[in-house]
Amino acid sequence: MDDAVNKTEQDQVVIADRTIDEPSPAERAKKRMLGHKGFMFGAIVLGVILAIAFLAPLISPHDPLDQQLARKLIPPIWHDHPKVTWAHPLGTDQFGRDYLSRLIHGSQISLLIGFAAMLISGVIGTAIGVAAGYFGGRVDMVVNFIITTRLSLPVVLVALAVVSLIGNSLWIVIAVLGLLIWDRFAVVMRSTTQQVRNLDYVAAAQAIGCSTPRIIFTEIMPNIVNNLIVVATVEMAHAIILEAALSFLGLGVQPPAPSWGLMIAEGKNHMLFDPWLVGIPGTALFILILSINLLGDGIRDITAPENRN
Amino acid sequence: MLIYALKRLSIALLVAITVSLLTFSMIYLSGDPAIALAGESATQQDIENIRKVYGYDRPIIVQYAAWLGNALQGNLGHSHYLKTEVSNVIFDRLPVTMTLGACALSFALALSIPLGVLAAMRPNTLVDRFALTLAVIGQALPSFWFALIMIFLFGVSLRWLPITGSASWLNFVMPSIALGYYVTPAVMRLTRAGMIEVLSSDYIRTARAKGLRPGVVLFKHALRNAIIPVVSLAAVQFGFMLGGSIVIETIFAINGLGQLAWESILRADLPMMQAIVLVLSCFYIVLTFVADLLNAFLDPRIRVS
Repeated sequence: MDDAVNKTEQDQVVIADRTIDEPSPAERAKKRMLGHKGFMFGAIVLGVILAIAFLAPLISPHDPLDQQLARKLIPPIWHDHPKVTWAHPLGTDQFGRDYLSRLIHGSQISLLIGFAAMLISGVIGTAIGVAAGYFGGRVDMVVNFIITTRLSLPVVLVALAVVSLIGNSLWIVIAVLGLLIWDRFAVVMRSTTQQVRNLDYVAAAQAIGCSTPRIIFTEIMPNIVNNLIVVATVEMAHAIILEAALSFLGLGVQPPAPSWGLMIAEGKNHMLFDPWLVGIPGTALFILILSINLLGDGIRDITAPENRN
Repeated sequence: MLIYALKRLSIALLVAITVSLLTFSMIYLSGDPAIALAGESATQQDIENIRKVYGYDRPIIVQYAAWLGNALQGNLGHSHYLKTEVSNVIFDRLPVTMTLGACALSFALALSIPLGVLAAMRPNTLVDRFALTLAVIGQALPSFWFALIMIFLFGVSLRWLPITGSASWLNFVMPSIALGYYVTPAVMRLTRAGMIEVLSSDYIRTARAKGLRPGVVLFKHALRNAIIPVVSLAAVQFGFMLGGSIVIETIFAINGLGQLAWESILRADLPMMQAIVLVLSCFYIVLTFVADLLNAFLDPRIRVS
């Protein structure tokens, strides 16, 4: 009997404690995430596009490369046209390829190039940015010089020229973009590392004799990773736009691959009578980039609410 | 100020030399330039001859020095395809691209600075939301697609504007918007952030307390200080625009440097490609150098640190 009373009393105490308790940082972050409309929109839309890209072979109704001239230029279903059919909800292009299937498979190309180019540029930019910010002095001067040199080269022009000279394949496009767009990573990582390296816990780690790699990886990196993620989203969107522009100009992903930029270029000649050929892949590109940007903006707001303005 | 300027100048020169080295090395990207020039049906003797005539048999450092020496004298090489001096063609086309860039920048600034000021005056209101939405949408619109939509709407459907060529100022309206809108989000955000910071500062409160008219406080006191970082951003973006005009010029068939670059890339006209990359890079270096000096002149704190 006594035991039971004690137990309920204890429970009450625990419950009372919980109500007084502040929500844990994780709970607060979750609440901020759910309350941030842009973040939620970006995360959900990007999640859907990712799912579509991974499931592309399963969900696309036709082979994206299958040409059948007998069924060319069927308009999408919202058009009032005798040829319109549910077999091709988004119609077919000038070669009679199912547009929905091409759009679905095109998401793979955009995401793969965006992600891989971002990864390469992220590794380069973070490495030299953190080195410049942490060591300062001469290292900083050299890195600054490299960044300035890189910025003075026109990205689109150099990418086009290099791809045309060494030949174009998916991996060459990825490598060229990755080697060109690391500048923002370097600039942002350099300035954030400069701020973090003067904080007390870094001085403490230095004082107890931690090795430099250890300080960089266990003290500095965890504290700049939020900014790193934000820059990563910006650069992924940047790489996707650049790939689309390169493919649009005919020097990126090569036909018959269903790159969205290439689809816009191919539809351009039929734009007068079939504007949806340009409208559909362009809208897809717009939505993808919008969702990545909103996700990045959201992460910035959530992780550093004081930076909102 | 003089020391600061000299320091910046030496960095700019060093960057220019590095860029020229990178540009020069472009000819070795595709392998042996002599083989590429000779074509597929060339014999070994043809290749040897070409190597001698074009000087590819000399050590690379000598080739670079000769190339750089010529470039400094305004001789950017000979176009194998057009059979003419590269520099003549480039200086023919440069004014068109400059005009396009200037129009695009004017459009961007005319749209983004007032929007940024309005958003800063009424933060977190409808105006601010509108400006922010515009910025988010602008950043996600691929410029080549936006250009095509404009061509379809205003050129083909409504027939308001010409779609190709560079004959009259009307030809520049759509390309300028297509090239310029991409810059507006960045300029607008910077203007907004700068204005919000300045408007909450003490000297603005003093100016208001003195009873100065709101317009005078806003434009003469606040905007003048908030605009300083925008100046250097605008200069940098102008440089990016010249490089990015390749896409827009190709779409609108504008006879500028961008279209020339694209044509040269398709023709594998290497001397022309190298020259365009070099000219645009140097232009960017000069722009950022001027912007830095201007900034240091406007804001004494920069030249001291």
